[in-house]
This record gives sequence, C-alpha cells and structure tokens, in this order.
Amino acid sequence: MKKAGIIMIIGSLLLLGLFKFPLWNIMLGAPQYPDPLGMDIYIEGIQGVEEFDIQNIDGLNHYIGMKTIPKVEDMWEFSVFPKVIGLMVALGVIIGILGFFRKVSYKWFLGWFIVMSILGILGMYDFNLWLTDYGTDLDPKAIMKLLNPDGSPMTYKPPLLGYQKMLNFDVDSWPGVGAYMIFVGMLLTVVAFFVGKKESQNIEA
Amino acid sequence: MKKSINILFFLVIAAALVGCNNGNDKKGSKGQGGLSTNAAERVYVAPGEHDEFYGFMSGGFSGQLGVYGLPSGRLLKVLPVFSQNPENGWGYSEETKPMLNTSYGFVPWDDSHHPDISQTNGELDGRWIFINGNNTPRIARIGLESFKTEEIIEIPNSAGNHSSSFITENTEYVVAGTRFSVPVPQKDMSINEYKGNFKGALTFINVDQETGRMGIKFQLMMPGFNYDLSHPGRDKSHGWFFFTTYNTEEAHSLLEVNASQNDKDFIAAVNWKKIEEYVNNGGGTKVPANYAHNILDEHTHTATSTMLKEVLTVNPMDVPGAVYFLPTPKSPHGCDVDPTGEYIIGNGKLSADLTVHSFTKMLDAIENKKFDGEAYGIPILNFEDILAGVVKQPGLGPLHTEFDGKGNAYTTFFISSEVVKWKVGTWEVLDRQPVFYSVGHGMIPGGNSRKPFGKYFVALNKITKDRYLPTGPELTQSAQLFDITGDKMELLLDFPTIGEPHYAAAIPAELVAPNSRKIYKLAENKHEYAVLQDSDVRVERDGKEVHIYMNMIRSHFNPDNIEGVKVGDKVYFHITNHEQDFDVPHGFAVIGANNAELLIMPGATETLVWEPKQVGVWPFYCTDFCSALHQEMQGYIRVSPADSNIELSWSLGED
Repeated sequence: MKKAGIIMIIGSLLLLGLFKFPLWNIMLGAPQYPDPLGMDIYIEGIQGVEEFDIQNIDGLNHYIGMKTIPKVEDMWEFSVFPKVIGLMVALGVIIGILGFFRKVSYKWFLGWFIVMSILGILGMYDFNLWLTDYGTDLDPKAIMKLLNPDGSPMTYKPPLLGYQKMLNFDVDSWPGVGAYMIFVGMLLTVVAFFVGKKESQNIEA
Repeated sequence: MKKSINILFFLVIAAALVGCNNGNDKKGSKGQGGLSTNAAERVYVAPGEHDEFYGFMSGGFSGQLGVYGLPSGRLLKVLPVFSQNPENGWGYSEETKPMLNTSYGFVPWDDSHHPDISQTNGELDGRWIFINGNNTPRIARIGLESFKTEEIIEIPNSAGNHSSSFITENTEYVVAGTRFSVPVPQKDMSINEYKGNFKGALTFINVDQETGRMGIKFQLMMPGFNYDLSHPGRDKSHGWFFFTTYNTEEAHSLLEVNASQNDKDFIAAVNWKKIEEYVNNGGGTKVPANYAHNILDEHTHTATSTMLKEVLTVNPMDVPGAVYFLPTPKSPHGCDVDPTGEYIIGNGKLSADLTVHSFTKMLDAIENKKFDGEAYGIPILNFEDILAGVVKQPGLGPLHTEFDGKGNAYTTFFISSEVVKWKVGTWEVLDRQPVFYSVGHGMIPGGNSRKPFGKYFVALNKITKDRYLPTGPELTQSAQLFDITGDKMELLLDFPTIGEPHYAAAIPAELVAPNSRKIYKLAENKHEYAVLQDSDVRVERDGKEVHIYMNMIRSHFNPDNIEGVKVGDKVYFHITNHEQDFDVPHGFAVIGANNAELLIMPGATETLVWEPKQVGVWPFYCTDFCSALHQEMQGYIRVSPADSNIELSWSLGED
C-alpha cells in the first residue's frame, strides 16, 4: 500500500493550501467601480483583494444598513477552522503513513474522506448562514431602505456560488485557490482509497 | 521710426513672396483634412480607451501646465504650477501658499514656457517634468506619480527666465538662462549704462536622482546679451549646452530695431562638465543672494519655503575653454540639437536660411584655435569653419526645430506660417505644410532626446483667428496635430489649448500611466493638523485663532455643527479626507470665504482660513459630487458677537 499511502499523504497535505490561499472570493463590480472591489475569504479571516477594498465595501454598505465585514476577532470560525483543518491534515498524514507501512486498512482513507466531507458541508452551511445574516440583518436606521417589487424589504445576501445582480452591483462569488486545493486533495484521498484497495487485493492474490 | 517701417515693408514683401510659392497649397488644405482621408479615424480614441501619449503643453500666461492626450487632443488636466488655482485651492490653502513664495513675496501668477521631461541615458524616463516661470524667474519640478508640483526654486540674478527649463541627458542639471540681462547685483543705475555693465546669468541646477530635489550648482555670469533659448548636447555632445543669443548689440531701447543690426548673433556653447569640475575643485565665487526654495512634502501634504542667501557664480574668463561663441545669423531664436548630438540648429528668426553647426567641426575649430575675434574675452569661432550646412530658403521666420529620429527635422516658420520638413545632412527640403496660424514651437514626443517617437508633430500656434466658433475678441489658442509617419506630413486635427502654449513635451503613456497614484494612504499622513481617528476630532482656540480639526467621508463632515466662534476670529478649517478609494475627493466651501475652495484628495489634509465678519449661523458644504448623499454633506458654523462668552463646542449626529 506504498503508493496509496503516498497519495493519501499528498492529498491531505494539499489542505495546507488553505493557510496560504483564499477559500472563497466575492467580487463587486459597478459602473463606478470598473476595477471591482473584492474580498478574499480565508479560513483565518477576510481580506480585501486590494488594500482598501474592505473599507470601501463597508463604506458603501453603510448606505443600505449592512454590518461591517467581520474582523478575525468577531467570528469564532476564524479561530476554530484553522484548528480543524490542521487536525485533519495531521490525521490524514498519520493515516497515510500508517497505510504506507500497512498498519491500517485502506478503508481508513475513505473514513477520513467522509469525516472531511461532513466537516466541509458543515463549513459551507455555516458560511451560508453568515452570508444570510450579513445580507439580511440590516440597521433599521439605514439611509436607504429599499423594497422588492412585492413590497417586502430588500435584502442583500451575496450568492453562495455564482453571479447575482444586486442594485448597481454585479456580484460574483466563486471558490478560491484554497477551495480547489481542498477539492483536489480530497479527490486524491478517494483515489488513495481505490489504489489502496487494489494494492491490498494484489497482495492477497 | 524709418527703420521700423523698412522692416515692416520687408516682412510684407517676404510674406507675399513665400505666399506665392505655395498659395495654392494653403487654400487647398484648409478645412478639408478629415473628409478626404481617414484622419478622423486616426485621432479617434473610442469611449473608455486611452490615448497613446501624454502631451504636456505649457500653459503660457496661465502659468500652469496643460496635460493632453494625443492623438485625441483631449484636455486631461490643468496642472497648477505657478498660478493660484481656485478650482482646487492651489496657492490658496495654507499648505500650498508657501509654494508661490519668492524674494518678491507671494507671487500668484507667472508665465510658464518650456516643459522638459526627465531623461536617463538621453531617453525619456517619466519621473518628473520641469517647467520655467518666465516673469519671476523660477523652475518647477512636477512629479509624474501624483501629477503635482512638488518643488519650485527661484533663480536669483535672472530676469525673464526664458532659455529654461532644459535638462541634460541624465537629468544631471536643469538649466535656466536669463533672457533679460540685468545689473548683478541689482542696483540703482542709469539704464543707458547697460552696455558692458549688465550681466546674463546662465544657471545650472543640479537634481538629486532619488528625490528630484533641486539646488543651484553654479551661475555662469555671461556678457549682457539676451539668452533666448537653449538645448543640451546629447550623446557625443553630452557635457555641452547651447544657448542662442540676440541683442549682442546690447541695446536697451527699441530693441526691435536696435537689436536687429548685427548680421550675426551667437550661439553660446558651454562646456558645463568643465565648469562642474572647476566648481567641484573649489572654483567660483560665492555671492550674497536672496531666493526662495519651496518644497511640498508628500507625507505632510504641506509646503515649506526657505530663503537661500548665497549663490556660487562663475566668471567664464576664469575657466579657459569652457565657453565659445558660434556666430549664427540674425537673432536666432530656437537652439536645437539633433538626436545624434552632432548638429546644432540656429533658427535665425530674421534670416531666410537655417544655419546648422557641426559639433565635430566645432571641437576641431577649438582645438586648432580657428577664432574670429572675441567678445568680452570669449573666443568667437569662425563661422565657415563650424558650419555643417544651410537649409536654403525654407521659409520665413524660423523659430524651432524638432527631430523624428529617422533623420528628418521639422522647423516651424512663424512669418510664413508653416512647418517644413528637411533632411538632416543633405539639408534638402522634403515637404512643407501650412499651419493656422503662425506657429511658435513644434513638438514631437521625445523630440528633445536621443530617442524621439516620430509618429506625430504638434504645431503650437500663436494665432487662432477663425479656426473655431468665435468667442468674442479673446480666443483660445490653437494646436494642430500632424501625422509624420509618411513622406508628407498630414494634418489630422485642430484642438484648443489653454493660455498660450510655448514649448511642449510628450511621452508614451505606458511610461507614466502605470505609476499614476490613486490615493494618498491615510496611514502615511503626517500632517500636523490631520485627524486620523474620529476620536481626535476637536476645535481649539488660541487667542483669536480657532483651529478646527475636521475629517470627511461619504457623506458627512465630522464635526458638522460648530459653535463658539466669534466675529474677528481667524478660523482654520483643517480637513482630512478619510476616503481610501480612487477618485473620491471631497470639496470644502464656506460662505463668504475670501480665498477659494479646497479640493481634498483621499488621505490628504488641507487647510482653509475663514475670517467671519458677520454674526449668524453659516453653512459649509462639499463641492465635489461625491455620492448619492452629496447634497446632505453640509454643516453649520455659528458666529457670535466678538464679546460673547459662548464656549467652543462641536458635534456630529447629536440632537
């Protein structure tokens, strides 16, 4: 199971990319912003694509009563997520090494993948909850209180994935480099599972 | 009187002669350009697209610098330099007032003439642009990151700072020559003792390559001629500088006649490297002087003016071999050096021919002492020995010559109102095109460098007449853009220019645009009165002075209600723009201000002084439509009687 173990180790190590690259990216373009404003969402906090983008997004959002974009200390996620990812990387590497020396079954690889998938789905759910709160919990003293055509108050939740027109802004929300690295990394752990399965069968045969 | 009538008669006859040569051409080309060709396409810059070149046209008697896009001819900015500019508070705000300080006190206006872009190895580098103030002699340096005048240095012992501001090919020096000779030092004396007593100062200002800071290295005290224009030697002639002179007659009255008598005046060839060495070895004489050196600091956003009290002068006689006179026919105006540095063109404005001197022959004549007398001890070289060639009868009233880097020269003719293209080396005339009307300078991007970008020629015309819709007696000026990529020059576009442009300089946009500043960083704001945090907003009284530490961001001032000010107070509004977003300046205007408005860029702090004279509650507001709530961006200041005891108070958003 040498090959499978190595793939498992590489797969889990790819998650470390999250400490360097953004998980998600939201860009806001408008007629007045030919160079769109943007935020990069990292597991350790939110940063502007350009130096003053966060400040300028907050400045615009205050007109419609949105809260400011959370700082690191404002959200528990930014301290917990890095720990969870770090732990999962360590587990994945340990499982990979043990698999390499045939101390554990290849099924552990799949087990790690399932746990990581559940955590990922929970993370996305949590992220969506924040987007909803951010876009709908508006200051009652907002300067501009806009209504939908049906008369209900307009809210400003950015899309979780994809493009949406919001007032004068074109909003694009797409996975960042970090997300692609998780995707590839997790795919590799599944590959490791099948390779490990094949290697084990060969040995048995 | 009789003499001046004779000259007039000569000019009329000559103009008629030239007119006969090409009268048909003139009629044929007027107004037809765009229809018969695709000229419109070639100057059309589609919405949202950018011009290929920045063109910097001197603002002439506006004292400013016009920034245009080429080939579209669109005005991009009027960049304030030597004149107050109420539009953005330049010269009105407390921070910028010191920039216009001089030994004559505060001078709110000047006449700006000759911009020149900094160079490295003889090629445009896009760091800075320099321009001269002609009336109250000054040189300004403008940073091309912020497009802002960052430094102005006054030139002592100078008057009519016209053979300026031209730079050497590594921007070692900016050179400023005096057009009017004057007594040095100035003194009370009879004007008719001019001859032999007045001096002409040629000033070499060194430039710090990191900061751009200027300082006068030395002043060469020349005989009392008029030093009209100048250009640096380049490449092989790097190390020399050439100045045209007129009035070598040293007349002091009715110069149009009395300074037009000598058959030849001079081009002064100055070996500045030799003088630099002399000065570096302790040569020269320090003399008392009084001149202002004004610097705008980009972090404090504040200018300081320092009066300097001494200048180093050099007598050309003390540095043998440093200065020679090249005889040049008939009151030469422009003095231009071709991109190879070999040819020095004297545009004798009253001559029918163009004289071209050879640098190689000049060196040879110097070495072999082929002199034809001397003037005030300065050797005059023999005209025939240094002559490279003559462009015969190209037109009337040659003023300036530019080069395209492909071996061609383009000379402007004021009297015959045309541009003439001729071949460097064979001196044959290749093409001539009429201009409308009476061109002064011409400009090819990079034309004053080793590497011109020979795509366009801009004629900067002195007379406008009927080129645009009439606007009463006072008209704008007229520039004309020619395509010079073909054998024949092709007129593409007329466009209006501010002031009366003299020289201009242009540079490929890609050398400047990528470095253009978008905002000032608030975190780097070191202004004494900046308020970087809302908690620092306050109003303080110091006797009759009231200092308001205010900030602004879309869409409010903080504070926007102020009480406790009294009639007779001097109120300083120190306002910091807290925006950190591109193109979100805020303006500030307060009723009855006796100065101007402020236009404050993101991250900057500026100060306006307001002296309330009437009791009441007075509004102030943002003048730059900044946001959907711009109209709400306003405030009130309460002014109480002088003897009132209302305490200072300030607030934002309180009921």
